[in-house]
Amino acid sequence: MKNPLVAAGLALSLVLAGGASYYASSQPDGLEKVAGDVGFLDSAKASVVEDSPLAGYGVTGIENERISGGLAGVIGVASTAAISFGLFYALRRFKKDKS
Amino acid sequence: MHIPDGFIDIPTSATFAALSAVGVAASLKGAARSLDEKTAPLAGLTATFIFAVQMLNFPVAAGTSGHLLGGALAAILVGPYVATLSLTVVLLMQALLFADGGLSAAGLNIFNMSLLGVWFGYGAFLLAKKILPKNKVSITAAAAFAGLISVPAAALGFTLQYALGATATFSLTTVLTAMVGTHILIGIGEAIITGLSVSAVMASRPDLVYGYRGTKKSLEIREG
Repeated sequence: MKNPLVAAGLALSLVLAGGASYYASSQPDGLEKVAGDVGFLDSAKASVVEDSPLAGYGVTGIENERISGGLAGVIGVASTAAISFGLFYALRRFKKDKS
Repeated sequence: MHIPDGFIDIPTSATFAALSAVGVAASLKGAARSLDEKTAPLAGLTATFIFAVQMLNFPVAAGTSGHLLGGALAAILVGPYVATLSLTVVLLMQALLFADGGLSAAGLNIFNMSLLGVWFGYGAFLLAKKILPKNKVSITAAAAFAGLISVPAAALGFTLQYALGATATFSLTTVLTAMVGTHILIGIGEAIITGLSVSAVMASRPDLVYGYRGTKKSLEIREG
């Protein structure tokens, strides 16, 4: 790859989402904690994509948590990279065409 | 910080979706002006890296965790317009694929994290950069400060949305104090990750760092 920073950054993203995420804290996040403490957590509704095979950062059907979460992370990194690189290259080209 | 469906009523969610759409449209225009051959890959990397790091919840206090939001980080690395787009891509991927953040709440979340987090973070960065001496260390310090500010800024956005359209009826002051208090703690984690990430890019490719470009020019003039 032309830019070693981008290659290294993508590799790091895969390692973090695919491996390190297993060790992330599973405590409620700030908003969830506040909602629970104040009392409005019950007003949350399940997302319409709650039954998605990746819902909750796991892959449905894979029992092993480390593999399920790691695979979900890798899929997320790959999908985010595909969409964002596509978008930003397209915008760059758009600019070129105009000038 | 990802708001699920149900917390905020539909009219308020729709209003913020419209506001976010305006912000994202303006960012598409701004980004098209600033993206070139060199910065487009860094922009893609920034979005991807933020997605990955958002999975890494760190403990902040008893029974609470937080994770990077990344708005300040993205604004400093690739500029605020591209940052808004990066965060929006991340939030949409999370809501659509992972059921993290509600779909009807997508406009609320984009407003808080892609707009408030990015622009308050970027504003804090510019302010700190102005005050601090003009060198590379200051860029890292200003980045950390920007990260610290961006998280409670996004939390204030939620508090505003709660004030306008909460489906529950708890006291606004209680929500405000709890949200800001908790998110200042999470902001400390955000400051550390933002500072480390910016300093890593500064060490390898300072020429690519959006928030450093002006500084570099004035340094070069003095050297010459």
